[in-house]
Amino acid sequence: MSKKSNSKIYWNKLKNWPLLLPVIALILVMAVNIIHDAAIGENPLSFFMISLRNTTTSGTILYGRIIDIINRGSEVAILAIGMTLVVSASAGTDISVGSVMSLCASFMCMMLAGYGVSSTTTLAMPLAIGLLCAVVMGIVCGAFNGTLVAHLKIQPMVATLILYSAARAIGLLLCNDLIVYVRNPSFAYFGAFTGPIPTPIIITAICIIIVSLVLKKTALGMYIQSVGINARASRIAGLNSRLLIFLAYTLCGLFAAIAGIVASSRITSADSNNIGLYLEMDAILSVALGGNSLGGGKFNLAGSIIGAYTIQAITTTLYALGVSTNQAPVFKAIIVILIVVIEAPPFKAFVRKFNASRAAAREV
Amino acid sequence: MDKAKTKKQYNSNTILLFITIALFIVLYAGGCVAYGSKGFTHFQTFLNILITNAGLICVTCGMTCVMLTGGIDISVGALIAMDCMLLAVGMKNGMGAVPMIIIILLIGAVFGIFQGFLVGYLEIQPFIVSMAGMFFCRGMTAVICTDQVSITQEISPTFYAWANAKIVLPFGGYTNNKGKYMAPYVRPAVIVALLVLVVIFILLRYTKFGRSLYAVGGSEQSAAMMGLNVKMIKMKAYMLSSFLCSIGGICYCLNTMAGSVSQATGLEMDAISSAVIGGTLLTGGVGNVIGSFFGVLINGTISSIVKTNGKLASSWPNILTAMLLFIFIVIQSIFAAIRERKKA
Repeated sequence: MSKKSNSKIYWNKLKNWPLLLPVIALILVMAVNIIHDAAIGENPLSFFMISLRNTTTSGTILYGRIIDIINRGSEVAILAIGMTLVVSASAGTDISVGSVMSLCASFMCMMLAGYGVSSTTTLAMPLAIGLLCAVVMGIVCGAFNGTLVAHLKIQPMVATLILYSAARAIGLLLCNDLIVYVRNPSFAYFGAFTGPIPTPIIITAICIIIVSLVLKKTALGMYIQSVGINARASRIAGLNSRLLIFLAYTLCGLFAAIAGIVASSRITSADSNNIGLYLEMDAILSVALGGNSLGGGKFNLAGSIIGAYTIQAITTTLYALGVSTNQAPVFKAIIVILIVVIEAPPFKAFVRKFNASRAAAREV
Repeated sequence: MDKAKTKKQYNSNTILLFITIALFIVLYAGGCVAYGSKGFTHFQTFLNILITNAGLICVTCGMTCVMLTGGIDISVGALIAMDCMLLAVGMKNGMGAVPMIIIILLIGAVFGIFQGFLVGYLEIQPFIVSMAGMFFCRGMTAVICTDQVSITQEISPTFYAWANAKIVLPFGGYTNNKGKYMAPYVRPAVIVALLVLVVIFILLRYTKFGRSLYAVGGSEQSAAMMGLNVKMIKMKAYMLSSFLCSIGGICYCLNTMAGSVSQATGLEMDAISSAVIGGTLLTGGVGNVIGSFFGVLINGTISSIVKTNGKLASSWPNILTAMLLFIFIVIQSIFAAIRERKKA
């Protein structure tokens, strides 16, 4: 009897565990991979294999599907950090991050190569200034969004719609409608390898560590949550809710800039039309997948980041299964709908009612 | 006292509409002055704006209906791509033009009902639902066919004839420099789009369903207390949007005569910005299709001016539209602040 109630307590604890949804999704993805590998006659555990390989271009590097997923998922993970804060503080989403990424990348490459130059191997100015330009541009874009949302009280989705359509176009304008290539090893470093480890992974890890330290050591995280739960009550309690919302959007812009640097360094160019395309959707999806309510309030950063890597794992798995790039969105759409339906309050109420009526029937 | 109050409310909304119409006239007049020598003054230039934007007019009408309820539908661009691809592939495989159009309209309605169910009955955020809808349609387009499929005369003579039919107008022609009289014309798609516009205008102004859209957008709680079935009305709004989007998709296809995966990307943003520029509030409850129509015309005029100039970068229409969107959103929020202060 006591054993049974014990397991019930564990079950309830598990049911309320915030990371349940992303972890289940991740396990499902791994299971699909294992089954697929077994079905085509490979080692079923090849998904988890990590090995050292020698390459001619970057020396000895870590190699494996998990490494690849973590590496490719860097941009989404970085964006997910900012998106989590925005969703929590303002109960809205920032749909401009993908475009802002592209704008920052274009601006940086334009500065590094000089205006109108389409391909260069030597930098026109120090790399640090280029990076600074990208970061400043990201912060400016974030501040623009933040002002519209926090001070003019415009719906977040609409306020960010402006940069969603304009940022990419401005980036194209800055690059004179060209794809700017900066083929310089010091610039390519951010998308390449540090020792055996891919640099994007290190950059992501640094971002995550800094943000979680700030959220742990200061009250910022709590303030943002309280603004998201009730902006008016927080203001009465003495918080500057406008400033906090503004800050969340500015940080989101900053992380978009970092993601832009990584994405453009990976391809050593600024391809305004393709960098960050549909990535805002992936970022929002990872926040939702991480068990965060899109209605604002409490957030769980770890969930968002696991969500981001889960999405990358799904994408990589779909490609491994032979689904083309253009067809992959169908599956993503189905996953989104499943998640939001499970999370929807009316659906939960329906399930509760259904369970209650079944329990009642059993008792009778 | 009461009368004066309602009059004022009415005024601030009509001011927005007047600003929109005035902006269109100023833009168009500016275009005429700057590019008069390149044929911008001809009546046909205006008709060409209508011809290229026939699909967008239908889509924006649907978007306005959804935005009136306080929601948003960003799946429209992808739905149009799917419609065009279905039309092209279906007719290539020997289906007639009329059955294909009926199938597409049905798909649009069913898709809309599904989205509306999720938004209305399961209370999921409209943005998330339509984002998933967008992913789904875009992906399905690639599942149907990954290549570009063009609709030629051999594939469907009927559809080809519709696309190339000219409806000549009896006025507004000019004589070109070879001395030949050029009669202005429109395509059948324009007639369809204008019909849709009139029908939706009447629907929103004079029918019970139209008025209930405003009621739900104004205040969901009050609407529910008045005895309106809010969930059902929301679902119908999304159904209407996707249905009109399918009509728009057919108009769009008559223009492009092809289906491809990357077709109509960003069209949802054009539709939303047109509706916002036309004075539709994103919070719901305020707006009408006449404003949205002028919003589309403004968008069309901007891209037409950029095209006529020929030297400006292709990204300028996007930037200008975004700037207009910014200005109108700020004006709207100022009006809203004034209204709130008056209430207090």
